[in-house]
Amino acid sequence: MRHRKYPFIVGFLFVPVVLYTVLMVWPYIQTFGYSLTDWSGESQTMHFVGLKNYTTLFGDTVFREALLHNVLLLVFLPVITILLALFFAFMLNVGGRGTTGGVQGVRGSGFYRVVFFFPQVLSVAILAVLFEAVYRSDSGGLLNGILVKIGLENPQNPIEWLNDPGTVLWCLLAIVVWQGVGFYLVLFSAAMQSIPREVFEAALLDGAGRGQTFFRVTMPLLWDSVQTAWVYLAIAAMDFFALVSTLTPGTAYGGGPDYHSEVLSTYLMRNFLFYGKSGYACAMGVVILLITLVVSVFALRVTRRERIEF
Amino acid sequence: MGSTSEPNRLSRRGLIQRAAALGIVAVPAAGLLSGCASSGGGTKQENGTKTATNPFGVVETAPLDVVIFDGGFGDDYAKRFEAMYRTEHPKAKVSHTATQNITGLVQPRLNAGDPPDIIDDSGNQQIKLDVLEKAGQLTDLTPLLQAPSVDDPSKKVSDILMPGTVDLGTVNGKFVTLQYVYTVFGLWYSGKLFKQHGWSEPKTWDDFISLGAEIKKAGVAPFAHQGKYPYYIDVAIMDLAIKNGGTDFLTRIDKMDPTIWDEDPARNAIEAIYEIVQKDYLLPGTNGMTHIESQTAWNQYKAAFIPCGAWLENEQLKATPSDFEMTFMPMPSLSGDKMPFQAIRGGANEPYIVPRQAKNAAGGMEFMRLMLSKKGATAFAQAANSLTVVKDGVDPSVKLRPGTQSTVTALKAAGANVFNPTYVTDYSAFATDMDNASAELMANRMKPDQWLKTVKASAQKAAKGGS
Repeated sequence: MRHRKYPFIVGFLFVPVVLYTVLMVWPYIQTFGYSLTDWSGESQTMHFVGLKNYTTLFGDTVFREALLHNVLLLVFLPVITILLALFFAFMLNVGGRGTTGGVQGVRGSGFYRVVFFFPQVLSVAILAVLFEAVYRSDSGGLLNGILVKIGLENPQNPIEWLNDPGTVLWCLLAIVVWQGVGFYLVLFSAAMQSIPREVFEAALLDGAGRGQTFFRVTMPLLWDSVQTAWVYLAIAAMDFFALVSTLTPGTAYGGGPDYHSEVLSTYLMRNFLFYGKSGYACAMGVVILLITLVVSVFALRVTRRERIEF
Repeated sequence: MGSTSEPNRLSRRGLIQRAAALGIVAVPAAGLLSGCASSGGGTKQENGTKTATNPFGVVETAPLDVVIFDGGFGDDYAKRFEAMYRTEHPKAKVSHTATQNITGLVQPRLNAGDPPDIIDDSGNQQIKLDVLEKAGQLTDLTPLLQAPSVDDPSKKVSDILMPGTVDLGTVNGKFVTLQYVYTVFGLWYSGKLFKQHGWSEPKTWDDFISLGAEIKKAGVAPFAHQGKYPYYIDVAIMDLAIKNGGTDFLTRIDKMDPTIWDEDPARNAIEAIYEIVQKDYLLPGTNGMTHIESQTAWNQYKAAFIPCGAWLENEQLKATPSDFEMTFMPMPSLSGDKMPFQAIRGGANEPYIVPRQAKNAAGGMEFMRLMLSKKGATAFAQAANSLTVVKDGVDPSVKLRPGTQSTVTALKAAGANVFNPTYVTDYSAFATDMDNASAELMANRMKPDQWLKTVKASAQKAAKGGS
């Protein structure tokens, strides 16, 4: 019967592979094709310009600034989110007082878990509306309102959170961290619960404190989950389109003030739809794809460790 | 008077819905890439016989596909137009689509060669007209101008339009868009607040600045602007400059002559605006506010003046107290102005187009002809609180709101002194650069000198061809 195996597999794979090729691979190839033209995006008339779009791209200061912002997000988003999520997951699962009952989470951990997860169920549209109110630039905003109430800020001179080159990107980062921590907390919690209790108990008996247990026992055993989280967050950091385009000042897809919150995806969209430079935008798309691929491969390689069986 | 300028201004009006609408379009990188995919295609157009009452030869049974930008004007007015079309062509199936995302809806259909028959190409997701024209996607609307008007068949449509409408609808020398709404731009204040404090409309910039001090003393911020969208303050800056430099300045900015940024009108204007910043006349936080946030604060008497176009009244309908007495005024005069105080930026906007590949292009033009009837113009004034390019189009028995009425008065006073720069639509990248520079100036992170330098550099780039 062995010789029948391959047609059998092919039979199953044929439809998904065709779908994947038509809906995913072919558009990528088309995009690359368009990136070599001066396509305006509004008709099928275009001219071949070779690699001109790519050479222009590397001299484009706004593109470089956008890239820098994505790199900053790429560094800070995963680190902050994962550390916070790990810390909270640890506290919720094994961080409680070691009593005679064995290893457990802090009191009320079930409640906290729901609270932390809650932001995750909000859609990006709701997030944008919510944080527009939080970061509002006068004392009507939640943050400014509180600062004014406790006397840390002059209501005549409020902080314009999203219109200040020094704060805007970090304000956006805070939103994504706030929203994301809950999800990774649940991810890490699930992983922690699959670690046998005895391991923690043994560590406790050997006199390990909370910190030592965390770094010597929990972290190494969670490495697979952290790796997954890292890749997800890295991809999220390459995007940021929705928040930048809705919350930040600037014409067509935000990115302001004066490009201080510009990211690759918003700059791409502005060129694609607003400036009528779709060919150029496609070149950008190809570059973003390459960067995302490199980042993902890098994240998977660097974090590769030996699997611990238990 | 230049040509096509306003769509961009009005497009900001749709920003209320923008924030929410955009949030939904959370497009991941892969989605962006596949967005570039396309397919070719072509269509056949049907044509009926042309008669006096059917000047474009509309086929009785041909369906009409209408796409309306659902922004500050809503889409109720369009339903009234559609009803008019149905009465005229009872056998035609008229489909109505209202959207805030014109590009998302229309662009794929244009690329596929299956576009709607008439489009209100407006809003933040507007497809740029210069781009569409260059791509050969627009029907030449000259037959519309030549056609007999609905109300008086002895007059051609071109005879009943406000002056400048044809210029404004002309892109690269071709009349391809009907800019339907007539709007003026300037400063707005509350008649009630001014009467209450005994303030009067400042005619010169010096008066404006000294009145500002008085207003501040009364505990009101003299000036608010729609900081998140610097386009509004740009219009104020450019109107000051154009009134100062006169027609010569206007012609040269539209030709993207970079040397104007070295000259006095530009400097006078930007220094005047910067005075507001220096004297701390701004409503606290206004630089970071959306247009709705700042306009609503203004409606709550927190600020005295705000720059905006005539759509302001309709946009703020719900937030405006009933005794607010919204009043429009032209930008105050700088010393040495070449244009009088009454001069205002005014013109047609809200571009309607018929795609070249539309299956029922004749029906699309007939729809426009109906829009340009008195019945159409009155329906629009009632449903959208705005004037149209139809001369004396509104039935006098229709009572206008105070703000709209004040724009009618201002327009009459302005006479021939109405101007309308076109650089905003012709050079979108330049306009964006100016937006950014102005936002920096208002936040006091940039001085007038740097502003002039930045804008000039961008103008030089734009003049070289990379618009």
